[in-house]
Amino acid sequence: MDGSHNVWWTYNAMDIALFKRRSEFEWEIAPQGAMRVPGVIYASEPLIRAMDHKVYEQVCNVAMLPGIVKASYAMPDAHWGYGFPIGGVAAFDPDEGGVVSAGGVGFDISCGVRCLHTGLVTEDITPVQKVLADNLYRKIPAGLGSTGAIRLNQEGMDAMLAGGAKWAVAQGYGTAADLDHIEEYGQMKHAKPGNVSDHAKKRQRDEMGTLGSGNHYLEVQKVARIFDERIAGVFGIRENDIVVSIHCGSRGLGHQIGTEFLKKMAVAASGYGIQLPDRELACAPIHSPVGEEYLGAMRAAINCALANRQILTHLVREAFEQIIPKARLPLLYDVSHNTCKVEEHMVDGKIRKLYVHRKGATRAFGPGHPDITPSLRAAGQPVLIGGSMGTASYILAGASEGESRSFGSACHGAGRAMSRHQAYKTWKGRQVIDELATRGILIRSPSSRGVAEEAPGAYKDVAAVVDAADSAGLAHKVARLEPLVCIKG
Amino acid sequence: MNRKRWEHFSHEADMGVRGLGSTKEEAFEQAALAMTAVITNPEVIAPSEAIEIHCEAPDDELLLVDWLNALVYEMATRKLLFSRFEVHLDGHRLTARAWGEPMNRAKHQPTVEIKGATYTSLKVEKNAMDGWLAQCVVDV
Repeated sequence: MDGSHNVWWTYNAMDIALFKRRSEFEWEIAPQGAMRVPGVIYASEPLIRAMDHKVYEQVCNVAMLPGIVKASYAMPDAHWGYGFPIGGVAAFDPDEGGVVSAGGVGFDISCGVRCLHTGLVTEDITPVQKVLADNLYRKIPAGLGSTGAIRLNQEGMDAMLAGGAKWAVAQGYGTAADLDHIEEYGQMKHAKPGNVSDHAKKRQRDEMGTLGSGNHYLEVQKVARIFDERIAGVFGIRENDIVVSIHCGSRGLGHQIGTEFLKKMAVAASGYGIQLPDRELACAPIHSPVGEEYLGAMRAAINCALANRQILTHLVREAFEQIIPKARLPLLYDVSHNTCKVEEHMVDGKIRKLYVHRKGATRAFGPGHPDITPSLRAAGQPVLIGGSMGTASYILAGASEGESRSFGSACHGAGRAMSRHQAYKTWKGRQVIDELATRGILIRSPSSRGVAEEAPGAYKDVAAVVDAADSAGLAHKVARLEPLVCIKG
Repeated sequence: MNRKRWEHFSHEADMGVRGLGSTKEEAFEQAALAMTAVITNPEVIAPSEAIEIHCEAPDDELLLVDWLNALVYEMATRKLLFSRFEVHLDGHRLTARAWGEPMNRAKHQPTVEIKGATYTSLKVEKNAMDGWLAQCVVDV
């Protein structure tokens, strides 16, 4: 073996005979064994056939957790995750022994996407595309080992963890108007900075305002197509507009919290009488010391992610201003796709307060929902779906039907079709960059191998995922975005 | 440089790291080397400075994850990359030294940051060849 990169992955195709097809896009797994509720996957037939059988196992395992309500759901982009599938949604009732799970939120707590208007059209970008790409790459710390300009002392760190994007705005990053266009209005309530370990804080010390690596990116995109003129009007986007999308999360702080609580919960679970079908499903009752401690720390990490994307927004605005002074970049919306949030949902005719886990799934509240900012409420919550580098991204709007189908949740991205490993063996970074350049897409990245691992061909077709979410009634398709510049961590 | 007895295995979204050895200690060392190789080629990292790591867990498997996560933490906070490891186990208590050098983006061309070691495909076991295997998936 000699340190070579041997591929060792047995891919088990999904056996669709295991499902009861409730409608064209809804696949049910009847409760069996220790499952307390059914499993439900929303997908087209080709998408579900392409999923790894592990997704089936993980959906079933989540259905075994105490206090789960209605069903264990998976979105059209579901793939094999850690305990929970990525693309998994599950809600728990604290009064029925419901649990909170660190694995059900994930390592990159509150990883998400935000999208900015620019007031520009494609013709404004074309003549300056290269200098803009270079300037964004200079201004935005991206990739492993990059650091931000901000150093927080203990007091500043705690204020950031309690205040989120609201804290960032008070520090001069962005404007108060931005806050109306962020989930939770930019500040997750009930965060407990004191529950965040010194290790987690130390890991974050110089990572504020950094993009990270892996699948994180910043893109300048053009609105290539509008599918719903009315909703696009409410969102303020037209064909040929230029927007900027940022995909990143809570950086080292969130990763460290995820790591620490995964272990704490794995060790504590048996003491709470919870039998785990898989250790990765580590969880604790919502009403327990470990559960409450995690919730306070996780909410602080959500604030860290919101503050981080807010600081990056400020850097993007500066970078644009230097190249195109007339550009104005108000925020369209900011969504998080790795969270656990307390929400009210109608279940069997009764309103219940539930702890909704979304692991690689986007909140997608429908029109009129009180948690959506008033200026966008009539259209439903913007749902921002990131593609992979060099492929399209989408803007959708939450659908009312989705609220009864999946606790108001939709997909979050394309999902990988090929492991990093295989991608690295298949492509060279330089070749990917050159190929995309011939299509008018400029890539800037510190890592050639990173670009190869994130090659567009390593991901599933995001269009198929979005179409399935739309057809299943989880969210409505509004616009398709195509990249012009991609800053890749 | 340790003798190479590690490999990567694929996970749908991330990467698996596997170390093999004639002892459990060696398998842990090799798993750490496999983790470094997710980031960069370990051969370009000079083992010029050393740090000490201590951790403890209820069983071998949780200990492997703790060991790898301790390295993730040290890499993130000290901005170091490691290429040589020496692990001592006393039951489920681990003491180790890791040698490496400060990360240099031009020299090391790091690919991705590791968010954490996970419990997915987690195994520490004696294999048929009477050697040890230590593996898990790391989230990147």
